[in-house]
Amino acid sequence: MRLKCTVNGEAQEVDGVWEGESLLYVLRERMALPGSKNACEQGECGSCSVYLNGNLVCSCLVAAGQAEGADITTVEGLAREDGLHPIQRAFVEAGAVQCGFCTPGFVVATHDLLRRNADPSEMEIREALAGNLCRCTGYTKIVDAVRLAAERLELERRQA
Amino acid sequence: MRGAGQDGRTAVRTLFERPALGVGERVVRQDGDLKVKGEFAFSSDLWMEGMLWGVTVRSSHPHARITSIETGAALALASVHAVLTHEDVPGRKTYGIKRADQPVLASDRVRYQGEPVALVVADSPEAARRGARKVEVSYEPLDPVVDPELALMPDAPRVHDQGNVTASLHIRRGDVVAAAGAADVIVEGEYEIGMQDQAFLGPESGLAVPTPDGGVELYVATQNLYFDLDQMCESLALTRDQIRMTVAGVGGAFGGREDLSVQIHACMLALHTGRPVKMVYSREESFYGHVHRHPGRLRYEHGATRDGRLVYVRARLLLDGGPYTSSSPSVCLNAGSTAVGPYRCDDIDVESIVAFTNNPPCGAMRGFGAVQACFAHEAQMDRLAAALDLDPIELRRRNAVEVGSAVATGQQLEAPVPVRELLERLERLPPPAAAGGDGDLLLLPGGTSNTTHGEGVRRGVGYAVGFKNVGFSAGFDDYSTARVRVSAVHDQPLVEVHTSAAEVGQGGIVIHAQIARTELGVADVMVLPADTDVGDSGSTSASRQSWLTGGAVQAACIAVREELIRRAAGRLGEPEDEMRLVEGRVETASGLGIELVELVAADPAVAVREYRPRRTEPLGPDGQGHAHMAFSFAAHRAVVDVDVELGLARVVELVAVLDVGTMLNPLAVEGQIEGGTAQGLGLALMEEVKVNGGIVANPSFTDYLVPTILDVPRIDSEILELAQPDSPYGLNGMAEAPSISSTPAIVAALRAATGRPLTRVPVQPTDIVAAGAAIHDLGAA
Repeated sequence: MRLKCTVNGEAQEVDGVWEGESLLYVLRERMALPGSKNACEQGECGSCSVYLNGNLVCSCLVAAGQAEGADITTVEGLAREDGLHPIQRAFVEAGAVQCGFCTPGFVVATHDLLRRNADPSEMEIREALAGNLCRCTGYTKIVDAVRLAAERLELERRQA
Repeated sequence: MRGAGQDGRTAVRTLFERPALGVGERVVRQDGDLKVKGEFAFSSDLWMEGMLWGVTVRSSHPHARITSIETGAALALASVHAVLTHEDVPGRKTYGIKRADQPVLASDRVRYQGEPVALVVADSPEAARRGARKVEVSYEPLDPVVDPELALMPDAPRVHDQGNVTASLHIRRGDVVAAAGAADVIVEGEYEIGMQDQAFLGPESGLAVPTPDGGVELYVATQNLYFDLDQMCESLALTRDQIRMTVAGVGGAFGGREDLSVQIHACMLALHTGRPVKMVYSREESFYGHVHRHPGRLRYEHGATRDGRLVYVRARLLLDGGPYTSSSPSVCLNAGSTAVGPYRCDDIDVESIVAFTNNPPCGAMRGFGAVQACFAHEAQMDRLAAALDLDPIELRRRNAVEVGSAVATGQQLEAPVPVRELLERLERLPPPAAAGGDGDLLLLPGGTSNTTHGEGVRRGVGYAVGFKNVGFSAGFDDYSTARVRVSAVHDQPLVEVHTSAAEVGQGGIVIHAQIARTELGVADVMVLPADTDVGDSGSTSASRQSWLTGGAVQAACIAVREELIRRAAGRLGEPEDEMRLVEGRVETASGLGIELVELVAADPAVAVREYRPRRTEPLGPDGQGHAHMAFSFAAHRAVVDVDVELGLARVVELVAVLDVGTMLNPLAVEGQIEGGTAQGLGLALMEEVKVNGGIVANPSFTDYLVPTILDVPRIDSEILELAQPDSPYGLNGMAEAPSISSTPAIVAALRAATGRPLTRVPVQPTDIVAAGAAIHDLGAA
């Protein structure tokens, strides 16, 4: 089948999509956007997190056909023209990245959290990120990264 | 605290005042920007024009005879390019790190569920999976050997013709029988450890590309290029120079990538089709596609005097290795070496045995034998403390090893031996925050399930100490190689560091760059991709890479520095020994000098160096000998809240206290402590590959539970930096120790909260609530 959707602001059209394919597969293998990761492919690890029409979803659980006409944002679409998004920078600086396989999912999920809640408490951070698995960091530095990102975004807003 | 400065901190000797981003600083990852943007190329992200996809056909039986393999129906599918079986393995039909006893593809017999039997290569992953379903393998099922204890019985069915003992070690020191007479108190215990999975997030994957000379290039997620390369040469019947390997982006490892997964298979398919072939395991296949942590059954008997001095320890550690050897002999050695824990005891009888079974194959996982031993010896120390009515920390202090003490294998410990200091630090930790906190239900056991508002919740505090050998042991010729090159790029000096050490997330590449900056005073350092164009840097395992490859990088940098000084001395006509390298220049004391860029503009300076740590030796009679190059020590305090009515537990606090030697990068060290501690939490409370009759019951992240951010509390650490006497900068290997003592500390806290014996991990809710808890279906071990 043919799939048309918008990904990171660009119109995409791909042919030959098999009905059983996930949005994750289409992004990774047909649209050359491998930033969304394939760790469990059954919605348990969050490493394939993307926005689908503004909602945070596991792209492995979205059938390709469900994305027809949708507006999708992946981790590749978060960086700013002049460099990393403050959330991305915070993850690097806080040491929240080790192997990095979970990182794109955490970055997207954190983005979703901070646009809903600009100043989350530690437990709100933990609750919001409970759908993302990390095997390297023990999560301590991920919480630190989210706090750091929230502070910097707040500063940006005040300076704007 | 020899070699250490104030507060245990060691001054790192450097040539330069404060090399920016040099050794000792909290330097962030140079691959971090790519990783947060989703642009870092992991092995599963690789793509090449014309590439095909390979999948593995795996055994559905844990033990069976193969009577036929029919490939015709699969080959008849238009999109399937080839189906390969054992007959297509060009060279040696088996592989293995220690012994080549694992079939590349099974021929007449399968010995575990998920054993590879055939390979299918097709245009797309879905086409390859469809092809795999058309491969018809006929099996004649055999009784699986599933209990390691029964496997050792003389009449047990044999997993291999030579019998069911994979490895064994009998350590004897002193006279246990005589010493037992002097014991006032004896405590016995039997402990079980479930099968833990590394659960790295990046699936096994690689891309094999045939080369015109009949060889192959492989880009793969691995921990050790040269272990892989040597096994691949044998089975592919190729020479070392016909195979070129590159470490592709590795999504975590934790031991699970020390054995081969896709390596030989992807290359066979690429060589057969003449096309690039990519293989990526699904999560389910990943559970079958790598070795796990050995489950174990450990029986202990400790005797002590009334005043709490250990007089003897008897132990039998039985580990289930599954059907193939993998790294079991080394796990067996480590379990035996650490069996008594970091405690003084002269009269010891320890048997460490790994048995062959038809359960999933087991091998390397972070902590590697010491995890299993530590869970048992720490439970025993707590039992002993209770029997003697002594504080658990006090009992440990009275028996703690010190400089000159012998470990179970008789090796005398050299400084630093910080066990007493770790215990004192544990004791001085501020008391845990009060239970109940701010009334947030998420902070209670059960969390979002809203199962309690505090009623039935009890708090417990537990402690544990552990230790492990660093590096490869028992006479293995362990070394690492690094190549360092200084050239001029755009009129600036550039240092390139090239090793074959796998970066698996731990931050080795960061440390290599820090070392180069420190030794050469050059800001721009590029760490090249790890590949087989440079010599062997050994395995990213055994907490060895900072020490060994760090040592090789340092040695190569020093050699380059000497070369630069020689060049400068020659040009300036000054004696070499009066010249030194200072930030971008080589100069004399009087300030006469020459820019580094000028020295390398026409001819880059290059050095390749190998680094060898001190030699070890195989254990001699009675399991005694100098088998380990060094040890690292760690301790934890855990605080848990337990809903004793529902059996739900929540770890509310975890503090790690450990000595890491000189820190080259505190950010990376903390990351290892926090991550290792969390993996220990997983083993304590939830992580187990459940195996029934040789069949894996939970090969998914839905059913195999990895701790989430709600399960793991903030992990704090107190870090000692006691310099090692003979390592680069005084560092010590430290990446495994935090995963060793965290599990027993948490279970000790659970015992304190519940009064239950809790002799098996992971602890299940039923262990906490059931009357006469800790009775388990032994068949499921």
